[in-house]
Amino acid sequence: MSNGAVAIAGRPILRGIDLSVRSGEFVALMGANGSGKSTLVRALTGLRPLAGGALSLFGTPYDDFHDWQRVGFVPQRGGAASGVPASVWEIVASGRLTHRRLLRPLGRRDRAAIAEALDVVGLAHRARDGVSTLSGGQQQRVLIARALAGEPDLFFLDEPTAGVDLPNQQILADTLETLSERGATIVLVAHELGPMAPLIDRAVVMRDGRIAYDGPPLASAEVATAHLDGHHHHHHEPERHDHAPHVASPIDGAR
Amino acid sequence: MSDFLDLLGLPFMQRAIIAAVFTGLAAPAVGTYLVQRRQALMGDGIGHVAVTGVALGLLTNSSPTWTAVVVAVLGAVLIEVIRERGHTNGDVALALLFYGGLAGGVLLTGLAGQSAARLNQYLFGAITTTSPGDVIVVMVLAAVIVLVCVGLSPQLFAVAQDQEFARVAGLNIRFYNVLVAVLAAVSVTVAMRTVGLLLVSALMVVPVATSQQLTRSFRSTLGAAMVLGTLASVGGLLLSAYASTYARVAPGPTIVLVALAGFVVAWPVGVLLRSRHRLRRPFPVVEVAAHEVIDEHPHDHGKDCGHVAVQHGDHVDYVHGGHRHAPHGRHYDEH
Repeated sequence: MSNGAVAIAGRPILRGIDLSVRSGEFVALMGANGSGKSTLVRALTGLRPLAGGALSLFGTPYDDFHDWQRVGFVPQRGGAASGVPASVWEIVASGRLTHRRLLRPLGRRDRAAIAEALDVVGLAHRARDGVSTLSGGQQQRVLIARALAGEPDLFFLDEPTAGVDLPNQQILADTLETLSERGATIVLVAHELGPMAPLIDRAVVMRDGRIAYDGPPLASAEVATAHLDGHHHHHHEPERHDHAPHVASPIDGAR
Repeated sequence: MSDFLDLLGLPFMQRAIIAAVFTGLAAPAVGTYLVQRRQALMGDGIGHVAVTGVALGLLTNSSPTWTAVVVAVLGAVLIEVIRERGHTNGDVALALLFYGGLAGGVLLTGLAGQSAARLNQYLFGAITTTSPGDVIVVMVLAAVIVLVCVGLSPQLFAVAQDQEFARVAGLNIRFYNVLVAVLAAVSVTVAMRTVGLLLVSALMVVPVATSQQLTRSFRSTLGAAMVLGTLASVGGLLLSAYASTYARVAPGPTIVLVALAGFVVAWPVGVLLRSRHRLRRPFPVVEVAAHEVIDEHPHDHGKDCGHVAVQHGDHVDYVHGGHRHAPHGRHYDEH
């Protein structure tokens, strides 16, 4: 994303966001409540339209991007229940949609991917159970398995550990470690890193809709003060215009 | 009894049974998605809007079925647009259309010089007056609804379950939302002849409510709702035909009451099954802090002791007066 801006109902929320995530990176988006970290993830996935700036995914401008099977999204959610009972397996199976064509039944590869996703999050034994009978932490793992089933290269997770106890956070962290080792790119929104702290390659701290820090991981006490040591003045630098496409996205093998 | 069998042999009755089968299959199929989206009353709203459509047909001397389809589809899309724009509460949007549709319908029927009895056919159903042409329209529309609801079930399920996820998965959310609204509108007009516009939502929602008492997955809910809907509509029709020798029994309300009876039966069963399932779910395995032995125990726990046995790691705990007793050698431990 370059010079990205997001306005909600006319109010500018995010301003001047320049962020590029390289392939295979594990990035944590951090910051206080209302700092814009969730809005940023929603803008990165295209759920929030940009008021200004440009977004490209895998080097393709957002408007031309159709390769959604490479992107996995785990929304911020209290639970996974809806008006009609749904089994864990069915929810995870809906993550396979990006690979399925209309009116085609699930193939053997699809079933294998669903079974593996359930295995990774450790819920294979609950596959047939209704999702509403699961605990909050387990439901969060179901949502992660759903994103996993699509076998994406790039994951966006919006506060997967919110309201989840420590043992479940540990299982989440182990899952993300497995993914990261397989070469997946992970962008994680988190209030607190907890057991995921050792996995992070890079921390981005948001403050009031702008990036206040972007660099190596911080201890959580430093997050609150990260904006203090970088006192930025707004310099009116002449904007660089060239005709080469500006790539602000993961490129395979760039690392 | 032989009167009843003679009645079944009559052509108008056979047409009514065919219409009941197709309506019973199609209405709960759409209803499942509406309930999943927590829009159980959407069918009702569209039904009220369709009253205006019927009246428009009566006023212009064209087929009320087709004018109802057109007006219901427009109303459904309007509800969806108001919902998507989000500023008006979805409930309020529905309410506005409820009243507008019903008032407009009654007003137009009066202008057309038609009696209330004519409108009543559409409000409460008149399945036994179905013409051969009507039956074919019902069959075709219902078949389309069932094919779309079952064929596109992965997509419709994903969109109804989690819009944001479905959008990041590259699905066109607006298309599927409008599709569900249009399907609901079409099934309202299909069920109009069977149970009537004011009761149509019952056939869409009640079988779903019944089946989800007993099911744990979406697919089984959808399938069971379609079976229950067919049973209710055919059963209600036959029951009203059988009773018609003794009293004036309208098929539409009978169908709805049969469906509700199914719910009344299924509800306690569902409550019982769920509480049994909860009681018997294994206890989590946690490191035990201390070895707490029960001094004396009046009896041996076993298969037939009457206490609920729950799996706990590698052994079984017996729930006994709010305690968990685990066998340990010759005595029981407090777990």
